[in-house]
Amino acid sequence: MRAKPANTSRREFLKTSAMAGAGLVIGFTLPGAARLAQAAAKEAQINAYLRIAPNNAITVVCGLSEMGQGVHTAIPMLIAEELDADWSRVRVEQAGVDKAFVNPIFGIQATGGSTAVRGHWEPMRKAGAAARAMLIAAAAQSWKADAADCRTEKGVVIHKSGKKLSYGALAERAAKLTPPKDVKLKDPAQFTLLGKSGTKRLDTAAKSTGKAKYGLDVYLPGMLTAVIAHPPVPGGKAVSVNDAKAKAVPGVRQVVQIPAGVAVLADGYWAAKLGRDALEIQWDHGANASLSSEGISKQLAAGAAAGGAVGRNEGDFKAASPAKKIEAEYEAPYLSHSCMEPLNCTAWVRKDGVEIWAGTQSQGPAQGILSQVAGVQPGQVKVNTMYLGGGFGRRFAPDPVIGATVLSKITGKPVKLVYSREDDTRGYFYRPASVTRMTGGLDANGSATLFTANVASPSIMEASHFMKLPPDGVDEFGVEGIRDCPYDIPNLHIEYSRQEPGNLQVWFWRSVGHSQNSFFLESFIDEMAHAAGKDPFEFRRSLLGKQPRYKGVLELAAEKADWGKPLPAGVHRGIAVVFSFGSWCAEVAEVSVGSDGTPKVHRVVAAVDCGMTVNPDIVKRQVESAIVYGLTAALYGKITFKDGRVEQSNFHDYRMLRMNEMPNVEVHIVPSREAPGGMGEPGTPPIAPAVANAIFAATGKRIRKLPLLG
Amino acid sequence: MVSFVVNGKIRNVNVAPDTPLLWVLRDSLHMTGTKFGCGIAQCGACTVHLDGQPVRSCSTPVSAAAGKKVTTIEGVGATRAGKAVQAAWIQHDVPQCGYCQSGQIMSASALLAKNRAPSDADIDAAMSGNVCRCGTYNQIREAIKDAAANVKGA
Repeated sequence: MRAKPANTSRREFLKTSAMAGAGLVIGFTLPGAARLAQAAAKEAQINAYLRIAPNNAITVVCGLSEMGQGVHTAIPMLIAEELDADWSRVRVEQAGVDKAFVNPIFGIQATGGSTAVRGHWEPMRKAGAAARAMLIAAAAQSWKADAADCRTEKGVVIHKSGKKLSYGALAERAAKLTPPKDVKLKDPAQFTLLGKSGTKRLDTAAKSTGKAKYGLDVYLPGMLTAVIAHPPVPGGKAVSVNDAKAKAVPGVRQVVQIPAGVAVLADGYWAAKLGRDALEIQWDHGANASLSSEGISKQLAAGAAAGGAVGRNEGDFKAASPAKKIEAEYEAPYLSHSCMEPLNCTAWVRKDGVEIWAGTQSQGPAQGILSQVAGVQPGQVKVNTMYLGGGFGRRFAPDPVIGATVLSKITGKPVKLVYSREDDTRGYFYRPASVTRMTGGLDANGSATLFTANVASPSIMEASHFMKLPPDGVDEFGVEGIRDCPYDIPNLHIEYSRQEPGNLQVWFWRSVGHSQNSFFLESFIDEMAHAAGKDPFEFRRSLLGKQPRYKGVLELAAEKADWGKPLPAGVHRGIAVVFSFGSWCAEVAEVSVGSDGTPKVHRVVAAVDCGMTVNPDIVKRQVESAIVYGLTAALYGKITFKDGRVEQSNFHDYRMLRMNEMPNVEVHIVPSREAPGGMGEPGTPPIAPAVANAIFAATGKRIRKLPLLG
Repeated sequence: MVSFVVNGKIRNVNVAPDTPLLWVLRDSLHMTGTKFGCGIAQCGACTVHLDGQPVRSCSTPVSAAAGKKVTTIEGVGATRAGKAVQAAWIQHDVPQCGYCQSGQIMSASALLAKNRAPSDADIDAAMSGNVCRCGTYNQIREAIKDAAANVKGA
C-alpha cells in the first residue's frame, strides 16, 4: 500500500484526534492504520498480552521497548510457542504502561539490564499456554466434547475425530472463559520455535522501508520543536539571556528558561537550532569551571591508591607473600552512549493529563516522574513508546522526557524536544571513568596466590536516584566484573573508593561496570599469565576448575579460534572471558598492529553460554552488536573535559567504528538446557581486553588506559 | 518557494532556501523515513538521492534540490537497485534498532545503481560514511552482495 500524501493524512489525523480526545492512537500516520483499527475492533482479547482476530491474525502486545535487541520478536515467540500459533500470522504491538507489563526482574515497567528474556521466559510462555487451554476449552464446549480429546497445531484446535476449528473462529468464545490457574508448560524437547534458527524478526520490513516510527518521527498538530542551550559546564546556570536575535529568526515562537537551560521553541528543528545559535547567554559556570580530565584522573588515582570500602575478602591478602608480585594501575574514561537516534521526546500537557511519545527504556518510571512534573495523577500520564533508535542504557534516563513535559506545560502546546548530536554527546549520563590498582601474586610454580583490586569511580547507584549505596559502601556497578573475579585464587581482596569528580551525572552504559572492570581484570590476568611464563588461555583455564560454564566458553572460543595454531604473519591473538547479566562469553580477537601503531582487528571468535535460547539468530546478532559497541569504545571512546567543558561533540571527534574497520565475527552458542541468561550486554565486556591482550601479544606493549588508541 | 520532485511527485515548499533538505523532508513534508543522525554529514543516516547521486540531506540546502529529483527511502523501492537492496535487507534480517538503515539502504542502492558487481573494497568505499551503532556491518555487506547478484540477474 502506498503512503498517502502527508497533507491528507494530517487532515485525517486532525479529524481522528478530535474524535478520540485524549486517546490518540499511536501509529496514526502509518498507511493502513484505519484498516488495522477496524480489524482490532473485532479482535478478541484473550489476555493482556494477546488478541486473536476472526481471520486468525494474532496480535502480541509487548510491554518491553524494542531498541534493536529483538524483544518485539522474542516475546511473541515465547507466547507463540506455548500457544501453538501459526507464526506467519503473528504480529506485535507496543503496550502502554500497565501493571500487566511490569518487568518481573525490575518490579517496574522498563527495559534494560539484559532482562527481557530472563524475566519473561516463564510468564510469557504461561500466558501463551493459558490462552491455548482457553481455546481448547472453547472448542470442546462447541463440540460438546472432552478437552482431553483435543490437541492444537499451528493455530487450529483438532478433535480426535478429526474435527477442526481455527483459533480465529474460537477466540470470541475463548475470551469469555476463566483463564486456568495452572498451566503445564512444554518440555523444551517439544519446542518448535524456541531455540531454533530461522525465525525472522517481526520489525524488519518496517525498518527496511522507512515506515518504522521512532520518537523523532512524531508530528502533532500545533506542535513546537524545541532545542535547549544547555550550560556548557556541568552545574552552570544562565545569568543573563538576550534572546532578541533568536526571536527574530523566522519560525521561532518562544524562548524560555527552564532548569535544564534556555529553550528555543520553533515551528521546526532548523528554526529552533538557528534560534539557539543566535542566543546571547552569559553563564555562571559554577564549581566546575576548571574541571579537567587531568584533575579527574588524579582524583581517581588517589582514591585507588588509598582504597576504600571492602567489597570482597578471601584468605589473607596481607599475609600472602608471593614469590613474584606484580602491580599495575588501569584507567577507563567517561563514555557517551551515542545512540544513532539523538535523544528526544514529544510531550503534550493537557487539562486532563499528560501524553508523551518517546523511545524510552523506562516508561513505568516516566509515568511517576511526569505526574510530579505536571502535577497530575500517575494514571493521567499516558506513555506512547516508539521504536528506539538505540538505547544502550541512555534511554533509561528521564532527561528528555522531563524537558519536553516542562516545555509543554509552559507553552500549553505539544512540544518535541530534540537533542542535536552535539547535545547528545555533551549530555552527560556517561559511563563513569574509573582508575583501578591491582596486585597479583604468583608462587614459585607460577600459580596465582594473590589478587587485589582497589577500584575508584563514581557511584551509579547514587546517580540513578532510584538506588542508594548499600551499607557496606560498595557500589555494585562500580565493582561488578572485578569483585566477582571467577579465578580460583586463595587470597583475594577488593575495595571500592567512591569518587565523584565534578559530581558528574553518570549512568548505565551497555554492560555497565563490566565495560571497564572486565578490561581491568582480564588484562591483568593476562599480565599475571605472562609473568608466570604461561599461555594466557591455559593460565585462565587452570584457575577455572570450579567454574564449568566459564571454562566451557573459554575452551569453545579457543577451539573455534584455533588457539595456539599459527596465524598469518603479523596477526596475533588475545583472549578474555566474562560472566555478566546471566551469561558467559569468551572472545578471541585476531589483531595486527601497523607500523604507526594502529591496531586492526581482523576477526573475533566468540563463544557464549546463555542457557536456552529463544532465537539463536538474534543471539548471534546481539553478540556481534555488543562486540562492535565494545570495540568502538575500546579503540576510540573517550569523553574528556577541559575548562569544565566536554571536548567531544559529534562523530568527527567521538569516533564510531565504520564498515571498513569491521572485523569478521563468528559466534558459537553452547547448547544448553539451563534457564536463559541475558543477551543484550554480555558480548561487550570481553572485547576490550581480548583486543588489548592481542596487542600485547603483537607488540609486547601493555595498554592500561582506554581507549587503546590513546 | 522551492520546487523539486520527491519520489516522482512535485513538491513546492515555502522555506528559506538554505534550510537543509533533511528538515524540509521531515518537518515540512512529514516524510520521516529519512533520519537525523549528526547534522554534519558524518553518519549518513539522512542519505537521499539527488538526481540519482547519494547526498547527505542534513548538509544539502534545499535550494540545491530546486528543479531536481529527490529519491528517499519511501520511494527507492521503485528503482531496480533499491528494490533489490530492500529485498536483500529483509531476507538477511539486517536491521536491529533500524535507525540508520534508511541511510544504509540509500547508500547501497546508489552503489548498486552504478556498480552491479561491487568488490569488498567498493562496498567499504561506498558504505563507510554510514554509521551503524548496532554493528550490522557484516549483514549489510552480505545483503549488498546478494542484492548485487539479483540486480545483475534481473
